Amino acid sequence: MQVSFVLLFLAAIGTLAFVFARHRAIASVDGDARRLHSLPTYYGLNGLIVSLVPALALLIGWMLLQPLFLERAIRGDLSRAALREGTTMSLVVSDVRRVADGLESGLLAQDFTASDFAEATPAEVGAMLMQGGTALGAPLTQPVLDAAKDYRATSRTLRWIMGIAVLAVAVIGAAIAIHRSEGTFRARNVVEKGVLALLMASASIAILTTLGIVMSMLFETANFFSQYPFTRFFFNATWQPSFSGRGGASELGILPLLWGTLYISFIALIVAVPIGLFSAIYLSEYAGRAFRSVAKPAIEILAGIPTIVYGLFALITVGPLLRDAIASPLGLGNSASSVMTAGLVMGIMLIPFVSSLSDDIINAVPQAMRDGSLGLGATKSETIRQVIVPAALPGIVGAILLAASRAIGETMIVVLGAGAAARLDLNPFEAMTTVTVKIVSQLTGDTDFNSPETLVAFALGLTLFVITLGLNVLALFIVRKYREQYE
Amino acid sequence: MTDATASGAVPSGAGQGSLLAKDQRTAKRNAAEGRFKIYGLIAVCIGIAALVLLLTSILTSGLSAFRQTTIAMQVTLDAERLDPSGVRDYDEMAKVTTFGYAPLLRDGLQATIAAAGIETELDPGDAMELISDESVAQLRNRVLNNPDLIGQTIEVNVLASGRIDGFYKGRVSYASAELDSNISPEQLQLAEALEERGALKTGLDWRFLTAPDASDTRPEAAGLGVAIIGSAYMMLIVLVLALPIGVAASIYLEEFAPQNRWTDLIEVNISNLAAVPSIVFGILGLAIFINFAGLPQSAPIVGGLVLTLMTLPTIIIATRAALKAVPPSIRDAALGLGASKMQSVFHHVLPLAMPGILTGTIIGLAQALGETAPLLLIGMVAFVREYPDTPLDGGFFDPATALPVQVFNWTQRSDPAFVERASGAIIVLLAFLLLMNLTAIFLRRRFERRW
Repeated sequence: MQVSFVLLFLAAIGTLAFVFARHRAIASVDGDARRLHSLPTYYGLNGLIVSLVPALALLIGWMLLQPLFLERAIRGDLSRAALREGTTMSLVVSDVRRVADGLESGLLAQDFTASDFAEATPAEVGAMLMQGGTALGAPLTQPVLDAAKDYRATSRTLRWIMGIAVLAVAVIGAAIAIHRSEGTFRARNVVEKGVLALLMASASIAILTTLGIVMSMLFETANFFSQYPFTRFFFNATWQPSFSGRGGASELGILPLLWGTLYISFIALIVAVPIGLFSAIYLSEYAGRAFRSVAKPAIEILAGIPTIVYGLFALITVGPLLRDAIASPLGLGNSASSVMTAGLVMGIMLIPFVSSLSDDIINAVPQAMRDGSLGLGATKSETIRQVIVPAALPGIVGAILLAASRAIGETMIVVLGAGAAARLDLNPFEAMTTVTVKIVSQLTGDTDFNSPETLVAFALGLTLFVITLGLNVLALFIVRKYREQYE
Repeated sequence: MTDATASGAVPSGAGQGSLLAKDQRTAKRNAAEGRFKIYGLIAVCIGIAALVLLLTSILTSGLSAFRQTTIAMQVTLDAERLDPSGVRDYDEMAKVTTFGYAPLLRDGLQATIAAAGIETELDPGDAMELISDESVAQLRNRVLNNPDLIGQTIEVNVLASGRIDGFYKGRVSYASAELDSNISPEQLQLAEALEERGALKTGLDWRFLTAPDASDTRPEAAGLGVAIIGSAYMMLIVLVLALPIGVAASIYLEEFAPQNRWTDLIEVNISNLAAVPSIVFGILGLAIFINFAGLPQSAPIVGGLVLTLMTLPTIIIATRAALKAVPPSIRDAALGLGASKMQSVFHHVLPLAMPGILTGTIIGLAQALGETAPLLLIGMVAFVREYPDTPLDGGFFDPATALPVQVFNWTQRSDPAFVERASGAIIVLLAFLLLMNLTAIFLRRRFERRW
């Protein structure tokens, strides 16, 4: 049974439950709504919630668990004999799944009758799948084809059982709700409790997301470290993934990537922090109204521009400009993508971030401190330098840390502006690479989730997550402490 | 209070220690003040200059993507060649590949050249290189969709090849053509001759917005059709999922959540998720939605889910601010009249907070629209030429690309003509963002109430 059909049926059951529950409640008090405990709509809503929520929960749970169950079934089906040299269980399993999906669409496309299909050889089916646009990891063999047919049959049966089970739950729910719909039933309280639970569940999605992020990376990282030694990942100064061989020959040291990341972030901060800080000070303390109303939105526009735009800017304008104007004449290198390119452009991206954070922080310094300083005869700039900035320093440090965390996690600017060569070098006009660039390059294109070359991306991702999380927590802690100081 | 300096007699020769004459130290301090102010002004100007430079650089290299060089000609659709069976059956006609159509265009071009009275030493095959390979496929599709055309002579306006197009946009010159194996100076001369006779034109062409992507060698035909649909689908999914979930979460946290550890945990998680690098969400999408849940790669549904998770913190933060801005007197009045807590929130607080919530949602959507990195990891960077189906036919599960990913994709190709395409795509992206932000500003101005 198609999921869309199930949903359609559910919608119908829900509507009927609403109508009947409401109707029955009103009928139970002979049409005098004043004698009901709650407004009639609440009885209807109770019907809707009791019939749909458990059914939908079952549907979602089933759809999440069915692939797992099926996969286990296939693994049982395929004996070790079905595996040939150079493949692994998970590759074969994904092939089986692809064949099954392909059969579904291939059959529909070609009017292939069921009897034709039962007699088709693996080679014929493989060719048919190719036509349908399904690419397989290995030529189709009989065991794989059998497993795929089996998979398809089981998954169809399971879909039917699921549809029936879900609809049954919905109908039972509706029946209970309608049965309970009488004048004395406290429908509003029940509905409100249900809604509160839904609200709470929505809020908890944030926790689930974090959990999902950590889990997805943790498992694959563990997998990676079982194939590639821990110490070589963290302390090896070469990054040289081999694309032909399987493991072994690859050198996957994170140090050059971390160096590139930190170097680029450092340059970005050197650009962004003074400019951002000074523009925040100027706009909040000196600028006239007219100038402020133009300049402030203009700088904030920079924050709304997607990073891919900055990336393209680095690629087509800043990179060639730096190379032709500085790097080539001075003999510092002739690559358009360089640490300097990416750093400068990223610095521009961070200006509005630093300036709006600093603006908040400077405004949080109590006016009394300003007045006191000015009253003692200090000039405006002396007040800023000797009173406001020292008072706001913790907050500014927090802002800089947040900006650093942004810079470290930034992807598109470095993908387009920094280059792909992993290098430990001091020359800022050389192309270097970062952690994020390598995550992208290892996870796009053909990926094999059993080779360390692919799995390393998860270890890189986890490292990145831990670093940025640490910076964020530290920054938030500092900013919060600072705010409390003046509240 | 005192204005002694103004009313008092001013000594003409200010001596030592007078408040009115600047001594050396005061002058120094004032100069420092002036310098400090100038530093600030310079910083602001650098920021604005960067914005101006960024926008002009994108606009100058991208605006030409909306113009296209085309050649107008008459093509005779020979029935013998296009439909040997003569039954006008789609499957029979589809057996004639683009190789069958190429000679028609070649003859058409030769006829145009002859009619214009142009002398050229190029043989018909070389002259054919003026025309994009894509035009042949386009002619074939046009005929297959409209078999009645067979046998007629029709007017076609075919795309010129990428190099000819580049010639009129300043990318290709006679000097560069000397060194280029794909174009020769003679071909450029022919193009100029055709232009003089009015057969070849460079003009506004909206096909850039509607056509699908094209292969590496046909930059002139590459368009944004699939990418725009893919982005629109993802925005739809983000809107449908993130708005209700975000609003529900905010209502819980702002109005109902008790002060306990669980609430603290949620708060900490939301503020952290807002600062997690976007690429990490891509890893999440790849591991959970594709590898674990088995959703298809490159599909808008996966992109939409990933972007939903990314946008949620933004929407939650904006919604909470909007809910907080509704004064407590409204809640108290509702409770005082006998409404339940839930009723006071849903009947009174939420409608009053709606403009703020919508503004925050639009800004969140704008952020999601420009996001690239996570989409690269879930396979949206693939080469997709087929338009996805409508959402009712399962279009959310069809392969598609997205605007920012299409930009990235084009920057990775070797032909410099794709830089123009990428910049053009950025202009489209920025136009959408501008539209969304203007809507947000309009909503805020029009509906937001100050209490």
